Amino acid sequence: MDYNSILSDKVQGLVPSGIRKFFDILNEMKDAISLGVGEPDFVTPWHIRNAGIYSLEKGHTKYTSNAGMLSLRKEISTYLSRRFDLNYDPASQILVTVGGSEAIDLAMRALINPGDEVIVPVPSFVCYGPLVSMAGGVPVYIQTKMENEFRLTPEELRAAITPKTKLVVLPYPCNPTGGIMERGDLEALVDIFEGTNIMILSDEIYAELTYGLKHTSPANIEALHQRTIVVNGFSKCYAMTGWRLGYVCAPEPVITQLTKLHQFAIMCAPTMSQYAAIAAMKDGDGDIERMHREYDRRRKYLVAELPKIGLDCFEPRGAFYVFPSIKSTGLSSDDFCERLLISEKVAVISGTAFGEGGEGFVRMCYATSFDEIKEALRRIDRFIKSL
Amino acid sequence: MNDILKLLEQNSRYTARDLASMLGMEEAAVEAAIAKYEEDKVILGYQALIDWDRAGEEFVTALIEVKVTPQLGDGFDRIAERIYQYDEVESVYLMSGAFDLSVIISGKTLKEVAQFVARRLSTIEGVTSTATHFILKKYKEKHCLFRKQEEQKERTLFV
Repeated sequence: MDYNSILSDKVQGLVPSGIRKFFDILNEMKDAISLGVGEPDFVTPWHIRNAGIYSLEKGHTKYTSNAGMLSLRKEISTYLSRRFDLNYDPASQILVTVGGSEAIDLAMRALINPGDEVIVPVPSFVCYGPLVSMAGGVPVYIQTKMENEFRLTPEELRAAITPKTKLVVLPYPCNPTGGIMERGDLEALVDIFEGTNIMILSDEIYAELTYGLKHTSPANIEALHQRTIVVNGFSKCYAMTGWRLGYVCAPEPVITQLTKLHQFAIMCAPTMSQYAAIAAMKDGDGDIERMHREYDRRRKYLVAELPKIGLDCFEPRGAFYVFPSIKSTGLSSDDFCERLLISEKVAVISGTAFGEGGEGFVRMCYATSFDEIKEALRRIDRFIKSL
Repeated sequence: MNDILKLLEQNSRYTARDLASMLGMEEAAVEAAIAKYEEDKVILGYQALIDWDRAGEEFVTALIEVKVTPQLGDGFDRIAERIYQYDEVESVYLMSGAFDLSVIISGKTLKEVAQFVARRLSTIEGVTSTATHFILKKYKEKHCLFRKQEEQKERTLFV
């Protein structure tokens, strides 16, 4: 059968996530160090795992309500208010999803009409553009710059807006750059939105991982609150990637539509994960802080050590990645990554995987043990000297 | 400053440069702080945690509950001192509860440990009784697990 003529043109047109080509090579290698994986090296804290196990022992193996257990939504509401000063009604403004990724997909599909434009600052997480395209929209990329600490500036945003603009994605704290948007940066955008119907999708999965200052959500800005959809989840802050649990908060009319899609596609998020998540939010602030402290040390270590081996590095203020410039080596990002992997068995991700503006950079994830980070730097140093 | 101690307690092989980079300090300042800690005996020593089973060495460790009669003037200290002077003794703690001193000792064989208890420990003046508990298996010590968890076979890379 000629599958090319059968499968959707849109799907076939999607470019696969940027690092698949290294995947097989890395798996075959012994002694390889990967700074590629974007997930915590910590195991989910035991009291959270235990709550999941306990829910199974008690036989909680059925569907929950579509939007997620009300008791969990109440915990999410309390948590958001306690830690970020965000207020959402558990009954009507919160939907529990299968990871933040599902929430992003739902939001795209619920908002986009054919031809609508969605503004996506890049370099950023790989999923936004493809999900916009699948929903029939057109991604419009804004290249953020290192000299602006990879923030989205009002000038850049204003220049990208057209009458077709439906949505602006704010992926902060940002994977892969580590850039953040402070309150002042968000307030500077308010005028641009005034009088328009443009919505904001704020992907705040790294909200707990900011360094030196607390995360501010666009939903914290009164003038932006009503147009903001907040996406967050349990993966990064509680080291719960495999539990696949996230949530989305927005004004009720938006959540109502998202819930319909979620109902048809997913039914409900995994029940045991929801029980574990309740334990996480009730009693997990200490876990967040413990892991945060550890990440912060590794972050400082990398920021201090990378310049010593000749790589300029913007000091990341959020997430768990550094995004050093490799321009001094004269190599393209793809070449740098490939040659580093082959010669020194260290995997880092080419900046080009994260969209325009990623050329000249690589992403290193520091959610990896200190010993591995240190050894990786030693090898990268040797690699650069061999060029 | 306690950050240095916390990190060294996790891993005493962190170099001064590692610590300096992690804590945003000057390397020289870290070196000076460590030297001071060592001088003040805040840092008592640096040791490796070893899984002797894996190393293929026969080794037995026992935890001994010791009841004593405290001595006038010195309380428990004098008796504790008489116990911890023996090289075989790894640790000695004064305890609350049903017994007074907890003594941990290691030896090559069960017999060796038993003999130490019978000949040396129980004969110390002021020791009224002992109860020896042999450690059968170690699961975790100082936050380190004794058996490596199964390596995750499928490592997926995802951005």
